[in-house]
Amino acid sequence: MKTILTTLLFLLSFSALASSSLKLEDADIDLSDSVSLERGAKYFVTYCLGCHSAKHIRYKRIALDLHIDEAEILKNVAPLGAGIYDQMHSAMNSHDAEKWFGTTPPDLSLIARSRGADWLKSYLKGFYEDKTKPTGVNNVIFPDVAMPNVFWQKQGTQQAVIEKVEGHNVVTELKLEQPGQLSAKEFDKLIDDLVNFLVYVGEPVQLERQSMGKYVLFFILMFTVLAYLLKKEFWKDVH
Amino acid sequence: MKRRINNFSDWILERFPLSDLWNDHMAHYYAPKNFNIWYFFGSLALFVLVNQFVTGILLTMNYKPDAKLAFDSVEYIMRDVDWGWLIRYMHSTGASAFFIVVYLHMFRGLLYGSFKQPRELIWIFGMLIFVCLMAEAFMGYLLPWGQMSYWGAQVIISLFSAIPVVGDELSLWIRGDYVVSDATLNRFFAFHVIAVPLVLLILVFLHIVALHEVGSNNPDGIDIEEHVNWQGKPLDGIAFHPYYTVKDIVGIGVFMFFFAIVIFYMPEMGGFFLEHANFIPADPLKTPEHIAPVWYFTPYYAILRAVPDKFAGVIAMGGAIVVLFMLPWLDRSKVKSIRYRGGMFKKALLLFVISFIGLGYLGTQPATPVATTIARVLTAVYFGFFLLMPLYTRWEKTKPLPDRLTPQPSIEERIPLLISLYNEVTIVQAADSATGNTPARRPNPAGMKAVLFRFVKYLKESLD
Repeated sequence: MKTILTTLLFLLSFSALASSSLKLEDADIDLSDSVSLERGAKYFVTYCLGCHSAKHIRYKRIALDLHIDEAEILKNVAPLGAGIYDQMHSAMNSHDAEKWFGTTPPDLSLIARSRGADWLKSYLKGFYEDKTKPTGVNNVIFPDVAMPNVFWQKQGTQQAVIEKVEGHNVVTELKLEQPGQLSAKEFDKLIDDLVNFLVYVGEPVQLERQSMGKYVLFFILMFTVLAYLLKKEFWKDVH
Repeated sequence: MKRRINNFSDWILERFPLSDLWNDHMAHYYAPKNFNIWYFFGSLALFVLVNQFVTGILLTMNYKPDAKLAFDSVEYIMRDVDWGWLIRYMHSTGASAFFIVVYLHMFRGLLYGSFKQPRELIWIFGMLIFVCLMAEAFMGYLLPWGQMSYWGAQVIISLFSAIPVVGDELSLWIRGDYVVSDATLNRFFAFHVIAVPLVLLILVFLHIVALHEVGSNNPDGIDIEEHVNWQGKPLDGIAFHPYYTVKDIVGIGVFMFFFAIVIFYMPEMGGFFLEHANFIPADPLKTPEHIAPVWYFTPYYAILRAVPDKFAGVIAMGGAIVVLFMLPWLDRSKVKSIRYRGGMFKKALLLFVISFIGLGYLGTQPATPVATTIARVLTAVYFGFFLLMPLYTRWEKTKPLPDRLTPQPSIEERIPLLISLYNEVTIVQAADSATGNTPARRPNPAGMKAVLFRFVKYLKESLD
């Protein structure tokens, strides 16, 4: 136990060698936009599902929540061979992942709840060229991450502007070195759609929960008013 | 038919004292008539307890107390079980609500001296409930098996290893393993769903039995039994049922309103009710960057960290709770209620509230040198409030007690006052045809200043 605590303290004192002074970007989240969510689902299957699973959601649930035909989900979103009742499992097994990346890519079902939408957007847009890394890229938001930049074709490559502040290397800016297939605006939209989908997957019921809330509150309010009138009636003779 | 029902109720009553129980504890239990808003929190605590029992039982039907399955089973409840998300949010929000309600209930006791003679035992039982509740919450927090569940439990259980000689063996015995593991999860589950709730229920029963033996205190802190009518009924007392049952239902309505706002619109409460890191499955090999307990433990966690030595810190943390048990004997004041106490106690209580909230905030933050220094000062204030209490309460000058209860203004009586206050802080702006402005009320800086000035003056006067 004591060794664990000492390692803990040791780790805490050495966090983030090259920190960044960049602020998190605002993610444009709209869970009622089911077209954006469907695009996000498709991007997720295309770019993420190769390594990451989202095992807590089934294609069937996505079809139900986004009001899309089951056949359409299987044709447009799900990878070839997936069934409608399947969970979003990754094609890669953890043994291979360990061998190739040194770590198992985490399941992304709850990533939006643990990290937040803004973090995800900034992270996905935060890759820059770093020749010292095995993947050739590093990340401003998550330094030394094992994940490569899966959007390098779409986004292009970014170069980091590094300044020395109080003896530490600090990334102050990311510059687009070589433009990709998409313009900055189009790429931003792609990331927003993807993050939107991840926020939805984090808690599929959240839209329903919020729309239900007002009826519950109205009911409780009516109950309280009635209870108050009852109390007033009973307390008439207390002086 | 009617005769049959009568026969049946007679049959019961000849064998079980149902109507006596009802009369003793509800219909002929007389409570002071001037309870104010602070007196809602006892019944609310009972309401939240029922909520936790019902939702807890429903959760156990789908939860799997197994290190491999626990995290996924919680997500299964959140996604695939019908209304599972609602049940789970009611339980998780209920845990935080329980502590909010109980802290306010305890503060009511401090305000009106409800722990003082002859209600010492009620306070002791209440404190035992509080300790049980902390154990219940701590063990329940491990069950979702997220990163914060795991590492929070790891840190807290390791505190036991600070005890000299037996410490390491003791923490090993609690965990059932060298680290928090499946064995720990299983035993915590057993404690959380059976052992501690049973003890809690018994203590709540004792708390209420002790209360009904001596009767409720009131905001004036005087005994209503001193003025009784020819039947022996207190003149300032009203029957608990129907008067306080219908009143408490209103309190429950208001409580449910806020409870539902949290459940439906902000179940994570910005990471205070459900911590963000707890959405990552427990990983014994990966320590989170910043381990913080849930908000209701943070004052004690801050005290633990404020003390440089680990064992002394554990002692201080335990002492912060033990000292609460001794409250009835630390307070030497002749009067119960803060309304008739001297200025010393009021100022001390204000300092105590500041230190408690301050420590609570610091407990959520990383321990920087500045934060640690502040935490040390606040820890000294926390203990100073209790340990100096025999001195400052003995010699303070108290105000004369009233003979009978002072009346409690109702909400309707307060409304004209609120309207005049609203009129004072706002100003009516006339219609402006040029800019198309309609007549509207704007904030009035002069009025606000006057109100603020009056408030500060009132605060200063009421502290004397």
